[in-house]
Amino acid sequence: MDKILEVKDLNFSFKTYGGIVKSVRGVSFDVNEGEIIGIVGESGCGKSVTAQCIVRLNPEPPGYFEGGSIKYKGKEITSMSDNEMRNIRGVEIGFIFQDPMTSLNPTMKVGKQIEELFVQRKIYSKQQLKEKAINILKLVGISDAERRYKQYPHELSGGMKQRVMIAIALVGNPSVIIADEPTTSLDVTIEAQILDLLKDLQKKLKTSVILITHDLGVIAKMCDRVLVMYGGKIVEKGLVDDIFYNTKHPYTSGLLCSIASLETSKEEELQPIEGTPPDLFSPPIGCPFAARCEYAMDICYKAMPPEYTITNEHATLCWLEHEFANHVVFPCKRILKEEA
Amino acid sequence: MFKYILKRLFISLLTILVLVTIVFILVRLMPGDPFSSDKLTPEIRLNLERYYGFDKPLIIQYITYIKNLLIGDFGYSMKYVNQSVNSIIADSFPYSFDLGMRGLSISISLGIVLGLIAALNRGKSLDYVSIIIAIIGTSVPDFIIGGLLQYFFGIKWGMFPVAQYKGLEYTVLPSIALGFYTLAMVSRLMRASMLEVVQQDYIKTAKSKGISKFRITYKHQIRNAIMPVVTVLGPTVASVLTGTFVIESIFAIPGMGKYYVQSVQNLDYTLILGMTVFYGAFLVIANMIVDILYGMIDPRIRIAGR
Repeated sequence: MDKILEVKDLNFSFKTYGGIVKSVRGVSFDVNEGEIIGIVGESGCGKSVTAQCIVRLNPEPPGYFEGGSIKYKGKEITSMSDNEMRNIRGVEIGFIFQDPMTSLNPTMKVGKQIEELFVQRKIYSKQQLKEKAINILKLVGISDAERRYKQYPHELSGGMKQRVMIAIALVGNPSVIIADEPTTSLDVTIEAQILDLLKDLQKKLKTSVILITHDLGVIAKMCDRVLVMYGGKIVEKGLVDDIFYNTKHPYTSGLLCSIASLETSKEEELQPIEGTPPDLFSPPIGCPFAARCEYAMDICYKAMPPEYTITNEHATLCWLEHEFANHVVFPCKRILKEEA
Repeated sequence: MFKYILKRLFISLLTILVLVTIVFILVRLMPGDPFSSDKLTPEIRLNLERYYGFDKPLIIQYITYIKNLLIGDFGYSMKYVNQSVNSIIADSFPYSFDLGMRGLSISISLGIVLGLIAALNRGKSLDYVSIIIAIIGTSVPDFIIGGLLQYFFGIKWGMFPVAQYKGLEYTVLPSIALGFYTLAMVSRLMRASMLEVVQQDYIKTAKSKGISKFRITYKHQIRNAIMPVVTVLGPTVASVLTGTFVIESIFAIPGMGKYYVQSVQNLDYTLILGMTVFYGAFLVIANMIVDILYGMIDPRIRIAGR
């Protein structure tokens, strides 16, 4: 498989009145052609910022690249001009946003918002544009597409709006789609529909998908590979099976423990991860998770752990993998795969 | 939509009726009467009072007034002898309206543009220029601005006539003086609203489609940002168009403002009522137009109004 997107040692920060927030600190990963890669982590861990870096949607300023590179099909994205970026957005990399309720312009007809991608590129005639928009609406499973084409966003339900968002992301036939928590603001039945749709379309169109979520269930259902992010860093990455069955980072384990499953009895208490994420104004020198980690050793507070490679695909950022560390067996190995 | 307008019209009429009633009672509660300032013999006074129907009970007077109002008759002024309120309004309103329209069109269009420029250049020098203009516009009273304009443009540099209203060049200074406050207000509002809209999620969506900055601004940002400006426009338009006493007196313009203020001083019952009803009706109509405009700009309101 060819690498379509290569992110190397990406650092992205925001200048605020309170100081500099180091949102993304040395993130590296690749996206292969036609795969679904998941990024999971709690709020504020830098997963959305990472994703938005790829299409440069973070406001710059106050945000700025501190270092690293993002290569899309071999071309460097971090140094592109606004015009070059415009040729990437939409047609090469599509983006699906978190909240369909607020992500569509309330004063513009749905069809126009889909067509807009092409309006300035002048490839199609008006009639072709309309056909294209209606076809894509049908593709994302919107019935009565001709009527919907002429409607405003407030006339659609939440699930339908998210379908429109997906249509917008797909209409330019991009090679990569970034879906930033596409189902967080939808209810559970619609969530399943949207995820199924996304997966179907991904298979049909052979696009790569970067799926951002904080729901491990979604990861299990959708992804080939997973990046677990914490405190602006990728603390563990690997194939879905590696992450679920051969967990190598206490944070990943904590995430797995905190999920309720159908087998969880009423008496059994969920185990949250105690404490709060690190302050990214002044991130700790050592492992960002050390303060909340029950296995933390002295070294964890003093130095950043290096990346330990477990297998070709599986790697973790944890001192526990050091040869001198005690061997730890994590308590939680959820069988999420079958469940989903 | 038609039903909606009809409903609004009905409510508007009701509003005006309430307005008339309240003002009718309030003017009568004021100490004195229209003739108390003149030194009149008791006979003449009695005659006048009978002529204007003051000898009848208040409720009868009220009913008579409403009856006349329904056929569009505001009655006769009690101070401007032999002039009907209708004719006073007909004579003076065109001046106020003309001046107001000029002032408004300058201030609204420039205000929006200035707000846009400020928002797009946030934190840069152009933004500060707009802030300075806005602060001057909102804090310096219009008679000072009017006076300064007269002094510099009229007397010192002789570019425009100082006063009166007899042609295009006469309209320039009073229009600016009148519109300055609105300009400042609109520009502030537009700026704030633009900066709010820019943070909305749908702007990010637009950006993710790879369309140009210019298109994002004019297709996505402005249309959504203009709503608050339209909201305040209703009352502003009504008050500016029906004349302002200060500007009209400084520039010696025979508009409605002067009559309105003097009618209150003179306790000219019919004129106060007539002007108030006229102003009220104007306000109501302006607000209605704003509501219809609203629906045109924002489709969500269109549905709700049906």
